[in-house]
Amino acid sequence: MKKRTVRTIPQTRTPVQELDPTIRARNFEEVNCGYSESEALRESERCLFCPDPKCIEGCPVSINIPQFIQKIGEKNFRGAYDTITATNLLPAVCGRVCPQENQCEGVCTVGENLEPVAIGRLERFVGDLAIKNHWVNKPYIHPSLFKIGIIGSGPSGMACAADMAKAGCDVTVFEAFHQPGGVLRYGIPDFRLPNTVVDAEVEKLKDLGVKFECNTLAGRLFTIEQMIEELGFHAVFIGTGAGYPSMLNIPGDSLNGVLSANELLTRCNLMKAREFPKVDTPLPLGRHVVVVGAGNTAMDALRVSKRLGAETVTCVYRRSKTECPARAEEVHHAEQEGIEFHWLTNPIEVLDDGNGNVRAIRCIRMDLGEPDDSGRRRPVPIQGSEFELETDEVVYAIGTNANPIIGQTSKLTLNKRGYIETDSNLMTSIAGVFAGGDIVTGAATVIEAMGAGRKAARGMKAYLGIRDIGPIPTDGSLFGIALSEHNFTRVRIAE
Amino acid sequence: MNSIAPGRSGPQPFEILRREDYSDVTYMLEVHHPMMARAAKPGQFVIVMSHANGERIPLTIADFNREKGTITLVIQAVGKSTMEMQQTLTAGSMLHGLAGPMGIPTHLSDARKVICVGGGLGVAPVYPQARAMKQKGAYVIGVLGFRNKDLVFWEDKFRAICDELLICTDDGSAGIKGMVTDGIKQAIEKHKDIEEVIAIGPPVMMKASANATRVAKIKTMVSLNPIMVDGTGMCGGCRVKVGEKVKFACVDGPDFDGHEVDFDDLMVRLRRYKEEERVATERWSETCRMSEPGLGELSKINEMAFPNRN
Repeated sequence: MKKRTVRTIPQTRTPVQELDPTIRARNFEEVNCGYSESEALRESERCLFCPDPKCIEGCPVSINIPQFIQKIGEKNFRGAYDTITATNLLPAVCGRVCPQENQCEGVCTVGENLEPVAIGRLERFVGDLAIKNHWVNKPYIHPSLFKIGIIGSGPSGMACAADMAKAGCDVTVFEAFHQPGGVLRYGIPDFRLPNTVVDAEVEKLKDLGVKFECNTLAGRLFTIEQMIEELGFHAVFIGTGAGYPSMLNIPGDSLNGVLSANELLTRCNLMKAREFPKVDTPLPLGRHVVVVGAGNTAMDALRVSKRLGAETVTCVYRRSKTECPARAEEVHHAEQEGIEFHWLTNPIEVLDDGNGNVRAIRCIRMDLGEPDDSGRRRPVPIQGSEFELETDEVVYAIGTNANPIIGQTSKLTLNKRGYIETDSNLMTSIAGVFAGGDIVTGAATVIEAMGAGRKAARGMKAYLGIRDIGPIPTDGSLFGIALSEHNFTRVRIAE
Repeated sequence: MNSIAPGRSGPQPFEILRREDYSDVTYMLEVHHPMMARAAKPGQFVIVMSHANGERIPLTIADFNREKGTITLVIQAVGKSTMEMQQTLTAGSMLHGLAGPMGIPTHLSDARKVICVGGGLGVAPVYPQARAMKQKGAYVIGVLGFRNKDLVFWEDKFRAICDELLICTDDGSAGIKGMVTDGIKQAIEKHKDIEEVIAIGPPVMMKASANATRVAKIKTMVSLNPIMVDGTGMCGGCRVKVGEKVKFACVDGPDFDGHEVDFDDLMVRLRRYKEEERVATERWSETCRMSEPGLGELSKINEMAFPNRN
């Protein structure tokens, strides 16, 4: 193959088909239509196959990105899928929801001069093709007789489950909701991640032998300690997430019409409230919806409200657009769909209509001052700039905290904010019990949670004495034992 | 402990073993769930989904039987979901979803003399608490409130565990004529050494009970049942004001100090879905009227509601 240079490759990023904003703002169809084969082939020509690929370092699970792109170029799509799934279980999910601009695409060499290679779109192309053709990478699994319990069926739990199943363990995933998927199911709306994709990924895990037990509230139905001592689990992974929503703690917080983004999204996505009264869960529609916050969850809440038929949907955020934590693409999509943005605006009070319902929200304009601890310029209120925004529904999307249930029901060591303390192998204060994802780090991304699930699986395998083929990324020692591979031989339990 | 059977996946059916009707609107379901029967403690609740398109509704665990492996739910048909359940669920039918036990179990105090107050449907969930207090050796005074004598249930269950039992009815058709607050006052006058009151029922009743004990400064615990979706601390729909703080009833409760709870705020929040409830109920009664279900129709509804039964 002739060596590619920045000059010889296609200069512009292959655009992806999107539904027309005016039409899609009224339905829940997926916005991004994904690449066709010819589009994917063209985009694959833009990769330079750098000898020192930065993109792999930028990926939390270190996908061999140049290799899978090369295989796309060779029309060896199955090979591309095999390359991705060597490290990433859910390409169809991650290709859609990863913040690639801060990860692989953010460090892409092509991006230094031109637009970076559309790695996320290529990954999704491969993931969707796999679902369509029922490709499953089912490795030879030698049963190891270890029984593993996973708490939470979100991204970290699914990733950990997959790795442990591949190591031959008998894996059961416990989910408190009636359907598996965690945030992929209740949180991310259909127009960004269709439920059919989540179903397909869950099916893949079932093909690996993973069992899902829904309607099971671990911690309360049985404790972590009981799982180890009575239910016969040799190791447990906790991936319960950070789902406890923050409230603003301003006057009017408890008025009817004020709700968390989690509640809005759960009612809409998991409970299908948009079909009310065909389904029983209601979701009263605001005509003028205000969403507070500007992260990805806020963008989801804004765009869901628009699709539910709200006349005006407004985002209120105390910092400026530059500081907003949402992915650029999400903000762009929201703007296209007619969402109004009030940057540098902070809510100070939700106002009552006299009957306990929301009438308006009082806000104050902000200005950017000196940088704060996060390195972003601190917003400071402009005296006398208060104004009212008329609204009948206020959605708080200002972050979440640790789910308290496991902490309440076990003796695990938590930090002062309620997150689970772990060592560098993600093992908690109880031997054999691991934790990862948002319940350890605080709210983060899907791919980071998946990375944590995989890291915990590596620690778990080492703990159980299952030899791992891949490198074990630690500080050099594991449970106080020096990390030479000879120390880990496979331990079998007598049959 | 083998109820986590291998190979089960997806929505799991939970079988109803027994149903009993206490009145036109109140019914009892005894549901098979050995693991939950083993884990449940007084004061906890479950989330029930009766069919795939159903709501997730929180119901207090009214009783549990560890030997039989069952939990008991007492339900009042007040809205679409509970009316539909009343009509479709019988012994042998399955719930689409049943998750729990949820919430922090009641902290059983060392009080030597307690009043356990149950109003209407609250009579059922206060029972396991009264029984647990009795088992701890406390002197238990039961105060149960009903609208009239036809609605009275579980009187003998309470007689068996209470040292004294006062039934209050609005019209005086059973026990004393008056509200549970009259019963509480009577008991407080008779016994000067009451150390705790546990009151469960409609918010307005719990508010009145808390007010009745405020002057005498008797610790009063109430169990709140606001609107919930997940029941696991995720949606914040069940937030209540307790003292100056916002608490989630599902994971921080459901038991709170009755003297601290802002009941007015709770009652306003309970009205949130009134209009939707009306629409759903009307739409549902409409379909019922159209088909006037005989027995055959009922089983058809059952089939529609429980496609996973077989």
